[in-house]
Amino acid sequence: MFGRMSLDAFPHDPIVWGGALSIVGGVLAIVALLTYFKKWTWLYKNYLTSLDAKKIGIMYIVVAVVMLLRGAGDALMMRGQQAIAAGNPGYLTPDHFQQIFTAHGTIMIFFVAMGLMFGLINLVLPLMIGSRDVAFPFLNSVSFWLFFAGMALMNLSLVYGEFAAAGWLSYPPLSELQYSPGVGVDYWIWAVQIAGIGTTLSAVNFITTILKKRARGMTLMKMPMFAWSVLGAMILVMFAFPILTATLAMLGLDRLMGMHFFTSDLGGNPMMYINLIWAWGHPEVYIVILPAFGMFSEIVATFSRKRLFGYTSMAVALMAIAFFSYIVWAHHFFTMGAGGDVNAFFGIATMVIAIPTGVKLFNWLFTMYRGRISFTSPMWWFMGFVVTFTIGGMTGVLHAIPALDFQLHNSLFLVAHFHNMLIGGVVFGYFAGLTYWFPKIFGFKLHEGLGKAAALAWILGFVVAFTPLYALGLMGVTRRLDHYDANPGWQALFIVAAIGFVIILAGVLLQLTQLAVSIWKRKELQAGDDPWNGRTLEWSVPSPAPSYNFTSLPVVTERDPFWELKESGKKPKPIYEDFYEPKNTAAGIVIAFASFIIGFALIWHVWWLALVGLIGHIVTLIIRLTRLDNEQLVTAAAVRAMAEGRS
Amino acid sequence: MNKWLEKHSRASYIIGYVLSLALTLNAFALAATGASMTEGMAWTLVGLAVLQIAVQVLFFLHIGREERPRWNSMAFVTMIFVVLFIVVGSIWVMNSLNYNMTDHETIETMIQDEGIRH
Amino acid sequence: MSMTANEQMHDNLTVSLGFWIYLMTDCLLFASLFATYAVLTGGTAGSVSGRQIFDIGFVLTETILLLTSSMTSGLAYVEARAGRRNRSLVYLAITIALGASFLVMELSEFSHLVSEGYGWQVSAFLSAFFTLVGTHGLHIASGLIWALTLVVLIMKRGLTHDTTKKLMLFTLFWHFLDVIWICIFTFVYAFGVLS
Repeated sequence: MFGRMSLDAFPHDPIVWGGALSIVGGVLAIVALLTYFKKWTWLYKNYLTSLDAKKIGIMYIVVAVVMLLRGAGDALMMRGQQAIAAGNPGYLTPDHFQQIFTAHGTIMIFFVAMGLMFGLINLVLPLMIGSRDVAFPFLNSVSFWLFFAGMALMNLSLVYGEFAAAGWLSYPPLSELQYSPGVGVDYWIWAVQIAGIGTTLSAVNFITTILKKRARGMTLMKMPMFAWSVLGAMILVMFAFPILTATLAMLGLDRLMGMHFFTSDLGGNPMMYINLIWAWGHPEVYIVILPAFGMFSEIVATFSRKRLFGYTSMAVALMAIAFFSYIVWAHHFFTMGAGGDVNAFFGIATMVIAIPTGVKLFNWLFTMYRGRISFTSPMWWFMGFVVTFTIGGMTGVLHAIPALDFQLHNSLFLVAHFHNMLIGGVVFGYFAGLTYWFPKIFGFKLHEGLGKAAALAWILGFVVAFTPLYALGLMGVTRRLDHYDANPGWQALFIVAAIGFVIILAGVLLQLTQLAVSIWKRKELQAGDDPWNGRTLEWSVPSPAPSYNFTSLPVVTERDPFWELKESGKKPKPIYEDFYEPKNTAAGIVIAFASFIIGFALIWHVWWLALVGLIGHIVTLIIRLTRLDNEQLVTAAAVRAMAEGRS
Repeated sequence: MNKWLEKHSRASYIIGYVLSLALTLNAFALAATGASMTEGMAWTLVGLAVLQIAVQVLFFLHIGREERPRWNSMAFVTMIFVVLFIVVGSIWVMNSLNYNMTDHETIETMIQDEGIRH
Repeated sequence: MSMTANEQMHDNLTVSLGFWIYLMTDCLLFASLFATYAVLTGGTAGSVSGRQIFDIGFVLTETILLLTSSMTSGLAYVEARAGRRNRSLVYLAITIALGASFLVMELSEFSHLVSEGYGWQVSAFLSAFFTLVGTHGLHIASGLIWALTLVVLIMKRGLTHDTTKKLMLFTLFWHFLDVIWICIFTFVYAFGVLS
């Protein structure tokens, strides 16, 4: 009746209890606050059921930031463990340590990076291309809520059951039933699978939006570089995520229905899992970095008061990076035993990707050259990025040489390399983007001083936390070690790394403080429509932007259309037209909830519940997709009134 | 021909059907011989499949006949390339792994049974 | 909600591009399953291989059923574009009948294999076979539910811009499934029987 659910699945270990209680406590606190301030209806109407991309974007970012804190908590525990566990078992059991590093990776990639990315794209892209919304607003809501459902499953695993302990990619045979009989890997499979399907749907949405919803006159070669980066990233999602979906499904079938795709017996081949998962995995890391590149293109141009250098080469470089990222995946398993011909091909292809990336870097620097630079906090993040990402890229080229990789693979050198790219590239980029576009969405700027201090702390903290890891990797330290002998003299470096992490933590605290202070002082920090003297269309609308984005859809003739508008001093005659605004709906929430139920039921083997979830899914889809009354007409006269009432 | 097919879309489906049927029957005739697979047979089957896919993509799905910009066609062609990379690439990689990661005993047996491998 | 003819055309183009991109992602899903099948087809674990269990005549019948249904779905759309509601519904009903027959045949093939002791837990080859062909079958089943809903919708609301658009999207989906089936009968059944 209840499958393999039991009371025994609640936590046993005090540290896990701590984690579980903070999650439950956090949820209860939110519920209490909403009830006390009577904000349930406001939340439901303005955010949860909204199909406005900007609201959806804010929700993505809120979830991502919360998950960042959880992921950072995992990092804290790991750094603490490795700093003290020299010749002693430390304070974490090996199994717990393994769950922690698994959760850390899964959270940071799937829920923090992807969440921040989709959040920022939703906030900015439609405005930037002169559209009212994305192509499929309801699909957008479904994507967010599927992301949320995946997140919910992940967090539930900490409260009821356990999480996977097989690494963030759950390699078989360790992740197969024989070696991971519990619910952990199943939680991982379903959390990632559900969130992943949301991502694929977002690709459909954003590609169609960019191809079909640009403002009149905005050809592809006139659209902002951020839009190009989103197009590149979404094309990558479109062709990579289905591989993840298929591979997770096959691992799930092995575990659920006794199949033999990746088992070590009866004909299965675990290496095929690794092959497929990295055929997805490599495009994935380019998926998260390309939008960061796009954000930097906008930020550097704006704060250098100069148009982006080498627009065409930037767009070509983006597409080249996207293309090459499909043909390098085997570099993640050079040591698995493929022949020299295979490794050579993938090694060379990997090295080639550095070229278009270098082109982009130089173009940003050339944009700054002879510009009139304002070193605002987004530019501080950019400067941190230039140094850290370049160094990380160089260590990547080192890894690309198969012979060298045999020494470096799965050592801390690798861990330092990919954190270099992810923190220096992705995190710094998204933080810069958040700071840059925050005033457009909320109407006030973030406190600059605290922002700069935070950037400094992160940059410094990153160097102190990860340089020791490069050294340790070269000294032979493997990744994912929960303890080590006291002899080799590694502990000092681990302690330095822990100190570095504390500095990063200071950076995070500064950011949280920055947010609180900015909200408190929002009247003084009030932004106006164009606080940075921007170049692109999003700065031509009020801050915060209204739900319908533009009263009059812009017509574009040049790149950097808003800059051209300001330079020319002309005021284009507004054209007021009828348009349809999507009505709020809870259908996205229901579909995601049904998915959550299916995932939970299959994890715990409660078959009837899975069927209920499936039926709920189908029924909700049919009801929503056959509904006619989904949009609200806003007449041209009403639009004119809104525009003129404002001025 | 494009314009003619546009106007006579019923004809498009019927022609597509007849061609597909012919290609299908050919493929099944080959398969029904139950012979041992040779490289020529494999390529023939692949060729018949590719032709039929082309027929259905053109006559049923109307790809290549949209108004410019032809996003559908571009997405389709890109998909074909990516699928080829992934499928051919995976088979190449997995073959290489299987070959290099086979244990000594099995290799000895294979050398004895089949002669020296490449 | 009423749209001008221009808006309707733009709406159609936007929606069909979006749906086409989804279909391209589905192609990658099947490609992953095909690649896995190719790699694991030799993993028979001492049990049966394709040559021993595939019935080529049976598969030919399935193929013709599906191919014909693909054509009739296209004809349903042609009739809908011409405003001929009843003819459109007839073609749609034939499509559903043929598709359902295909599915029934496939389910009988699966249950026969399982009852013979050649289920999906027996070997990697069988796992890959059931998953690849079964995923296609699940898509067919979803398509049938969709088509049934469309029949009800068209009967209740007639051929509006909205229902015609939904019919177009269904035919895209249904044609796509037949293209995937070409790959299945070639690379799974034909190759399997000849090896």
